Amino acid sequence: MGSENKSQKKTNDKPSALGPFKAIKFLFKKPKTLRYPFEEKEPSPRLRGFHLNDWDKCTGCGNCDDICPSQAITMVEIPEIKAEPGKKNERPRIDYGRCCYCGLCVDVCPTGSLRLSKDYLHIHFDPKTFTSFAKDEKSDSEHFLPEEEYSIFKANLSHRKQNNDGFVSDLKYSLFEPERVKMPHVPLDERKLSFIEEVIGYSREEAQIEAGRCLECKLCEDACPAHMKISDYIKAIYEDDAERSLKKIFEDNPLPSICGRICMKHCEDACSLSIRGESVAIRWLKRYTADQVDDFQKALRQKSAESTGKKVAVIGAGPGGLSVAYFLTLKGHKVVVFDSLPGGGGMMRMGPPAYRLPITSIDKDVEYIASLDVEFRFNTTVGEDITFEDILEGYDATYLGIGATSSRSTKVKNFEKCMLGLDFLRENKIGEGVKVGKETIVIGGGNVAMDVARESLRLQHIQHPNEKTVTKTVSLENWNEMPATEEEIEDSKDEGIEFNPAWGPKEVVLDDKGDVKGLLCKKVKKVFDDQGRFSPEFYEEKTTLLEGDMIIEAIGQGPDFSFIPKQLMDKLEFTERRKVKVDEGGQTSISRVFAGGDIVNLNLDAVTAIADAKTAAEGIDKLLKKTKR
Amino acid sequence: MTERELEMYFGPQHMGMVGNFGITLTVKGDRILKAKANPGYLHRGFEKLMELRTWTQNSPLVCRVNVMEPHSMEMVYSMAVEKLAGIKVPMRAKYIRTLTLELSRLASHLFGCWAYANMLGFDTVAQWAMYHRDLILDLFEDFTGGRVYPIYIWPGGVRRDLPDGFKEKALNVLHEIRSKISDYDATFFNNKLFYDRAKGIGKISQEEAKNLGGTGQILRGNGVESDIRKIEPYAAYDKIDFEIPTREGGDAYSRVWIIRDEMIQSVHIAMKCLEQMPEGSVYNKVPNPFKWKIPKGETYVRVESSRGELGLYMVSNGGDKPYRVHFRTPSYPHGLTILEKILVGENIADVGNIMISLYVTPPEIDR
Repeated sequence: MGSENKSQKKTNDKPSALGPFKAIKFLFKKPKTLRYPFEEKEPSPRLRGFHLNDWDKCTGCGNCDDICPSQAITMVEIPEIKAEPGKKNERPRIDYGRCCYCGLCVDVCPTGSLRLSKDYLHIHFDPKTFTSFAKDEKSDSEHFLPEEEYSIFKANLSHRKQNNDGFVSDLKYSLFEPERVKMPHVPLDERKLSFIEEVIGYSREEAQIEAGRCLECKLCEDACPAHMKISDYIKAIYEDDAERSLKKIFEDNPLPSICGRICMKHCEDACSLSIRGESVAIRWLKRYTADQVDDFQKALRQKSAESTGKKVAVIGAGPGGLSVAYFLTLKGHKVVVFDSLPGGGGMMRMGPPAYRLPITSIDKDVEYIASLDVEFRFNTTVGEDITFEDILEGYDATYLGIGATSSRSTKVKNFEKCMLGLDFLRENKIGEGVKVGKETIVIGGGNVAMDVARESLRLQHIQHPNEKTVTKTVSLENWNEMPATEEEIEDSKDEGIEFNPAWGPKEVVLDDKGDVKGLLCKKVKKVFDDQGRFSPEFYEEKTTLLEGDMIIEAIGQGPDFSFIPKQLMDKLEFTERRKVKVDEGGQTSISRVFAGGDIVNLNLDAVTAIADAKTAAEGIDKLLKKTKR
Repeated sequence: MTERELEMYFGPQHMGMVGNFGITLTVKGDRILKAKANPGYLHRGFEKLMELRTWTQNSPLVCRVNVMEPHSMEMVYSMAVEKLAGIKVPMRAKYIRTLTLELSRLASHLFGCWAYANMLGFDTVAQWAMYHRDLILDLFEDFTGGRVYPIYIWPGGVRRDLPDGFKEKALNVLHEIRSKISDYDATFFNNKLFYDRAKGIGKISQEEAKNLGGTGQILRGNGVESDIRKIEPYAAYDKIDFEIPTREGGDAYSRVWIIRDEMIQSVHIAMKCLEQMPEGSVYNKVPNPFKWKIPKGETYVRVESSRGELGLYMVSNGGDKPYRVHFRTPSYPHGLTILEKILVGENIADVGNIMISLYVTPPEIDR
């Protein structure tokens, strides 16, 4: 090509009158024109034609609607589709009078359900047919026809070919980032030996990049029990405005330091990015905001409304109790919180090990709420130091945020030689500390069991250095059924905890001196019945002996209502699932007594307790404004 | 009978007019005394529209400014955004961009040949040019997904990698077009009839062309070696060896010959791109479209489009949308100042001839 290239400059024009006759030779060649529609042209595999949408995969997030530069896409509610966390009942409708076939909607679709097909023909007399829902052969077999039934003469938006994908989504070229910024952790060897907080937290740059991944579809906000303004506070982080972010968080949740660490993150499960990639690290971003602002008081500058003169008692300073106190104080009511522990946080204080939730983080949130003029009476056990009747009499309303604080036991033979999970955690975190054995067995497969096991492992490393130690867990559930979060199970495995899934405890075996020697286990047949209820069945004869010198039971917790006198307890109504029955304002069947948290909901987590507290706070406020003293 | 001055309208409805554009001519007999360009039929307000759309949403919009050559528009927009936001482009993407731009230049020149040949009545050549342009559109369909509006070059690189087997297909098309140049020569460029129609028509001196803002073929047809691809190389043009065809004369004939020579160069560059193309990624992700903000700043970038210097001045005030966008399109001076100047003294029958030889596209003037 090179030499030809050079010479071309010198080939000068030689106009000729005879030259054009050279074209005559083309008379004897076949025409290049396509005789459409009798000759069809196969479109390129990447052609951007009409839309296709898999309705099962589509979450109705509406990102396609938001990105469309010509506003051709409208999200329309479909009554037949049931909305659920992480899924809206809306689907995109496309106006082909406006669509410019740019395919931005495809590149921004987090699920990959929206694609463009190779169909591009719409022949119809009615201009109204230009608007249609994007569907595909899976959701609309009537209009998507197999090759043999398709005819190009009838081609239109409701006469389309099956399996005719054209321009489809590709994560490599998507408009969003499917992978999250990696959260730095303390190295495994280091964290195994101490109670240092395992998750280090995002730096400013990391948090901004992570916040920048959020597509603002707000699926998470519907899934969050407290309906926090997630996309708003994430946007504030992206714009490097931690104070605005904190204000947004405090609108619905006054415990960002706690929730930023241990929240069960229903939001992240609903995140539209989680379908093909990793969800936005919403929990860690909340933690970032809480850690970034040193002084909540200075940043929030919140003031309570004018005093109403009403007094509210809150029993239990857990997440629910703290939140109710926060919301009611802002409304001008005087709140007194009773708790038997020496500090705020309730289950958060005694439960989650320090490597997950340090006491300092709890105190940060509690101190802020205390600074709003909430009165805390710690080390005060209702029923012992003050009676429940006195509280009912002395206050205009009472909130029960007592949680599930008493551990259940397996009640197998010699069970009294075992330790209870919550006692173990409490002793370690706020008590004297526990002496662990060299071979610990933890019964249970939930998050508390994981906490107990991982804490035991750390204590073993500290108390028995340079000795062979082991922590084992036994759970009825198999790997797939285990209720603990995947992240907890993975971390536990990494740290070296031995798992024995699908084994049930039969008997605690003792040696001659009456000390624990091990746990006799039986094989589990199945854990749940056909309706999905807990009803374990065992192969009684298939047994194994797990050796160990310490056994901790962590098989679940229940509430402790012992402080409520019998005549009142009889009045307290429960639901079928043994939960306290409350109305839409959070009021129980006893008048002026409200409840929320683990004794009311089935989620059994902090953020649901906060959501309950918000409802109850509204209910209490309504009640107090109605009644005159 | 005495000759008197007449005002006549040439376009927008006129056989010899390409696009929605008009010229108001003051004539005496067949001679043109004065020409006044009469644009405005194609104003779509792109520059304002772009201020209302986010950085990502603008990609499908810019290519529509010039139908003949959407790729240069995308390129100039991507370059401006990349410069303002400090985005790096992978090497492979640079090569793919170069390839796309050259195919686009080829398609545009073939379209130009069609327009010129069709207007002068060389219907055979016009059909060939249309067919060959279609082969390139097929290539575009293959790797971009769109035949006319590709929406392919965008900030961060290109939208998708080339599909499997693309190289062979593209080389076939390029060889086909290269081998037909001699037929084009015989029937059109070297045709005595064409020579007679175009030689000496629409003459402009080098000095005047420069003063009136002429670029591209206007300058190169006047012996000036002016080409942004060499002056300020962008994409991968600095990695590829090619020549700038120039010619003396400054008339319609030499300008058309520049187009013809450029087609050969474009085939050459496209082939070199396919040959030298490195492996690797083709797209560096830009931030999420709903959160993307570009730091405050302003920039002017330019590329050599098939018609001359295409520039884009863009201002960001730190927001998620451009604050101001202004295109410097080559047809603007060519179709207004230069056209008005060189039509004076010409024959009415040559108006269309001259306008197409200046390679004017009305959508670039109006925007």
